[in-house]
Amino acid sequence: MATATVQQGTKLWSGGKSPFNVSYGKLMMWYFLMSDAFTFGAFLISYGTIRFSQNFWADPNHVFNAFPGFGHANLPLAFVSLMTFILILSSVTMVLAVHEGHNMNRKGVEKWLFFTILGGLAFLGCQAWEWTHLITGDHAVLVDGTLQHWGTTVSHNPWGREVDFNGQEVATPGPIAFGGYFFGITGFHGFHVFSGVIINTVMLIKTRLGHFNERGHYEMVEKAGLYWHFVDLVWVFVFLCFYLI
Amino acid sequence: MSHATTAVLQHEHDGKAQVKKIWRTFWLLLFITMAELGIGLTIYTIHKGEHPNHMLVLMFKGLVCILTLAKAFYIVSIFMHLGDEIRNLIMTIIVPLMLFIWFLAAFLWDGNSWKNLKNTDAGSRPYIEKVQDHPLPAKEKGKKD
Repeated sequence: MATATVQQGTKLWSGGKSPFNVSYGKLMMWYFLMSDAFTFGAFLISYGTIRFSQNFWADPNHVFNAFPGFGHANLPLAFVSLMTFILILSSVTMVLAVHEGHNMNRKGVEKWLFFTILGGLAFLGCQAWEWTHLITGDHAVLVDGTLQHWGTTVSHNPWGREVDFNGQEVATPGPIAFGGYFFGITGFHGFHVFSGVIINTVMLIKTRLGHFNERGHYEMVEKAGLYWHFVDLVWVFVFLCFYLI
Repeated sequence: MSHATTAVLQHEHDGKAQVKKIWRTFWLLLFITMAELGIGLTIYTIHKGEHPNHMLVLMFKGLVCILTLAKAFYIVSIFMHLGDEIRNLIMTIIVPLMLFIWFLAAFLWDGNSWKNLKNTDAGSRPYIEKVQDHPLPAKEKGKKD
C-alpha cells in the first residue's frame, strides 16, 4: 500500500511528525531485521570462508537428492525446491493478509493468516524430514582402511572425496565443518520460521478477538508480515549457499 | 457522484491493482526459482561429465547469485513494501548493508589464502592439493581427546 504520501520538500525534520513517515514500531522492526540480516550474513560468510579454505567440498546435488516416499531415487534439489515453493507461497498469503488489513476486512485477514501459518508449519515439517533423513542415513565411508557407515551429523561428514577401495568407489570422510554449518544455519533459520509461526498465530487470535478492528488499524499484522517476509528472504540466501552453489 | 463514493471507488481500484501486483511478483519469484533450479541441475550434469569445465561451473554459479539478488530485491521492495517508503528510510536500511560487499570480499579472500598456505606449507613447497582433508576419524562418543 502506498503509504509514502508525504511530498518531498516538506519540512520532515521540524518536529511533530515521523521524519520517515512510519510509526516507531515499524521503523524499529526494520532496524531489528537489518541487524538480523547481519547475523545471518555473518554465519553464511563464515561458512563461505571455511568452504573456500578446503580443497574438497560435497556437491549439494549429491547430498540433497532424496524425496519422501521415493526411497533411494536420485532426485537432486527436488525436495528443497518444494520447501522454497512453500515458503514463497506463504509469503504471498502474508502480503494478502496485510492487504486485507488495510481494507479493515477481518474475515480476509483471518483467512490469509491461517494459510500463512499452514505454510509455515508445512515448511517446518519438511525441514524435520530432511534433518531426520540426513542424520539417520547411512553411507559407506572408508576410515582407517575399513568401511564404516555414517550419517551426516555435526561430527561426521560422509561426503568426502571418493577413492577406489577393492574395486569400488567409496567416499572418505569430508570436512567436518559441513554438518555444523548446515545444521547450525538451517536450524537458526528454522527457529526463525518457528517463532514466525508463533507470532502469526498470536496475530490470528488477536484478529479473531477483534482487537485490531477496535484499535482501528492492522499495523501489528503489518509488522508481523515484515518479520515473515524476512524469514523468506533469508531462506532465499540459505537456498543459494547450501543447495545451489 | 459525490466525492465520498469516488474516493471509495478509487480505493477499491487501487486495491485490485495492488493484489494483481502481488500475484505478478509471486509468479516472477517462482519463475526465477525455476531458472535457478535449472542452472543447479545443469551444474550437476557438468559435474557428472568426464572433464568438468570449472570456468563454466563458476559462471553458472555467478548467474545463480545474480538471480538470488533479484529475488531479494522483489521480496524487499514489493512484499515488504520498502519500495513504497520514503527515500531517507530506504537509505538507512540499504546503506549499512553495503558493508556486506567488504565483508564478502575480505573473508572469502581470507579463506582462499588459507587454502593456498595449507597446500604449499606456507609457501615452502610447490602447490599440491592435499588429498584428504581430515585423515583422522571423527571422535568416538564418550572418548576423550
